[in-house]
Amino acid sequence: MNGRDMNTVNIVGGRIVDSTTDAQGRPADIHIVDGRIAVVATPGTTLPAAATVLDASNAVVSPGFVDLHTHLREPGREESETIETGSRAAALGGFTAVVAMPNTDPAQDSRAVVEFVREQGRRAGLCEVVPSGCITVGRAGEQLVPYAELMKSGVTLFTDDGNGVQDPLLMRRAFEYSSDLGITMAQHCEVSRLTAGAVMHEGSCCSHLGLPGWPAIAEELMVHRDIELVRITGGRLHVLHVSTARSVDMIRAAKADGLPVTAEVTPHHFTLDDESLRTFDPVFKVNPPLRTMADIDALKAGLRDGTIDAIATDHAPHADHLKEQPLDAAPPGMLGLETAFALAVGELGMDLRSVLACLSWNPARIAGIGDRHGRPVAEGEPANLVVLDPGAAWVVDRGLVASKSRNTPYHGRSVTGQVRHTVSNGRAVVIDQVAQR
Amino acid sequence: MKHLRSIPELGVDGIVRILNLADHMVEVNRRPVPKVPALVGRTVVSLFFEDSTRTRISFETAAKRLSADTMTFSVSTSSVNKGESLRDTIETVSAMGVAAFIVRHKTSGVPWQLSDWTDASIINAGDGWHQHPTQALLDCHTIRTELGRAASADCLAGVRIAIVGDVRHSRVARSDIQAFTALGASVVVVAPRTLLPPEVHTWPVEVTSNLDEVIGDVDVLYMLRMQRERMNEALVPDLGEYSNRFGLDRTRASRLRAECLVMHPGPMNRGVEMMVDPSDLARSVITRQVSNGVAVRMAVLFDVLGEANSEVSS
Repeated sequence: MNGRDMNTVNIVGGRIVDSTTDAQGRPADIHIVDGRIAVVATPGTTLPAAATVLDASNAVVSPGFVDLHTHLREPGREESETIETGSRAAALGGFTAVVAMPNTDPAQDSRAVVEFVREQGRRAGLCEVVPSGCITVGRAGEQLVPYAELMKSGVTLFTDDGNGVQDPLLMRRAFEYSSDLGITMAQHCEVSRLTAGAVMHEGSCCSHLGLPGWPAIAEELMVHRDIELVRITGGRLHVLHVSTARSVDMIRAAKADGLPVTAEVTPHHFTLDDESLRTFDPVFKVNPPLRTMADIDALKAGLRDGTIDAIATDHAPHADHLKEQPLDAAPPGMLGLETAFALAVGELGMDLRSVLACLSWNPARIAGIGDRHGRPVAEGEPANLVVLDPGAAWVVDRGLVASKSRNTPYHGRSVTGQVRHTVSNGRAVVIDQVAQR
Repeated sequence: MKHLRSIPELGVDGIVRILNLADHMVEVNRRPVPKVPALVGRTVVSLFFEDSTRTRISFETAAKRLSADTMTFSVSTSSVNKGESLRDTIETVSAMGVAAFIVRHKTSGVPWQLSDWTDASIINAGDGWHQHPTQALLDCHTIRTELGRAASADCLAGVRIAIVGDVRHSRVARSDIQAFTALGASVVVVAPRTLLPPEVHTWPVEVTSNLDEVIGDVDVLYMLRMQRERMNEALVPDLGEYSNRFGLDRTRASRLRAECLVMHPGPMNRGVEMMVDPSDLARSVITRQVSNGVAVRMAVLFDVLGEANSEVSS
């Protein structure tokens, strides 16, 4: 094969950290051909020539990140994000796969919509876009989606995200019906009768600000319900965006009982608290809401002890004019893809390998894409890789984000940890922090 | 002071400054022609996203007595649905050349959001359940003048005030509690747990659900309006039960201290929280609150917009 073939990439001078290494990793140079890792060589070995050579000196090479929770807004809300712009933000954030949430318009409850989303991701060519499916038709909480039908389009994660499934009978049936299909029900845990009109966490801050509160119990009741439903049905549960200390406790106990329960936490839930709302800036309105410092401590502890498996962004772009509304009218959600790695590596106090587990191989497994993402960096493996500068400092600027929207809550914040290059399916889609398409 | 958005932002020095100015304005209002040229040529816009004819008229009367030009901009909620954002609205009206906006909105925080998008001053005329600072100022002014005290940082020292009713959903209660306690008063709130805010233990108040326990022991009885729509949210079983436990009836009125002031922010819910005619009470100052409201709002407008060298006296 010609060394200058477009399908070749070399990554030189880096240190590999993956699920098979220790936290220090091991130095190695990498040669990629046609989407796969062809050579992993000790430094100094002469690699075959490549069309693209990525400098990884003083950097870490790791399997690419997998986001279990991305809102790409297409179809239906293209003013806020498209699959292409969201994919670009993902690639810049080090993600080689994102799970597209199904609250599109139309919702991802049919093969037609799911295939459209997957195909748009393929066209963008920046990362793998993995569609999730709805638990109920139209996310309306009334009728189950034909899961086995959607599985034919590769869907393994089902959720009504944005809505919790309120009806306990319907949720019991969803777990029962899916229990022998090998798929996962990902629940947005919120008993909606307890959160009508809610804008922020119910606590002392909301009390003084006179804003309607979203009580922790509204999440915890549904976490409890679903864990107990899993216990009697054998279904599999993934808890989306865990936000309260009691939820962490319940998930920890469920895992100790051996139940098939996994969980994710967002960077904003472990870095920001409800005091942020004192500015009355709707950029801080998110669902579930920012909680208290005690919850943040519990979420971090849950990540450290493995109770929480994954860090997921809940990347939720909204156009400026939608957020420039009173707090009750502004939609909930904030950007996440481009800041997730920095917040995880900079603010959790965990070693790099543990952070990468939460960003890469753990979520890859939960998303059902562990055959091609989150893999060891070894010969023959799919080349979905990221090159990281864990110690590089930078300042978040809402004017510079790749997302079509600008609703980052971290504007002006100094953070540590940068994504240098991203290789998706063997192609260098980000080089030196610049998207290549 | 650029804006008046909340009592904590105003601070105790600001409260005292407004109360002192209010004394001047009371004097202006007693003149045969109650009008001074302090704000000639300044445009004051009432930007009311929620109807409140009383508050709006009070502010507009105050502005006119200071010779400001006044305009009203009533924003129906439907115009928001037509696609105009909050930012569009304030930027459009600001472009007409406005010195101050008097803002009323059903949602907490809107005055803070608006002040990011305009150079004009923002005066909060009520935001959600959060703040109604001019109400708190006029209530402080009313209490201390009824007690014959001059404005000072401790002019409500030793005064015990009961606030009765739906504290949870009340911007009046939040603002009043902050202002009363800042001036040295002690406050007891009287309500069922469902009508108290979350984490009420973080508030600088005593709490009870037994009105009869405190009614004979307070210097001010402040009755809040009980909104009928609260019945739909299972916050109290029914209005009859609420009235029985928290309404001011003849029996309770007879137990008030002779000098106890009875206050209400209006509009009163006759037959719910007010089971007696206020005119039958020895020390009802409810209409006094309304007339003081004009003087206090004049003081606020002058503080926000008046030139340092301009004179109130004509």
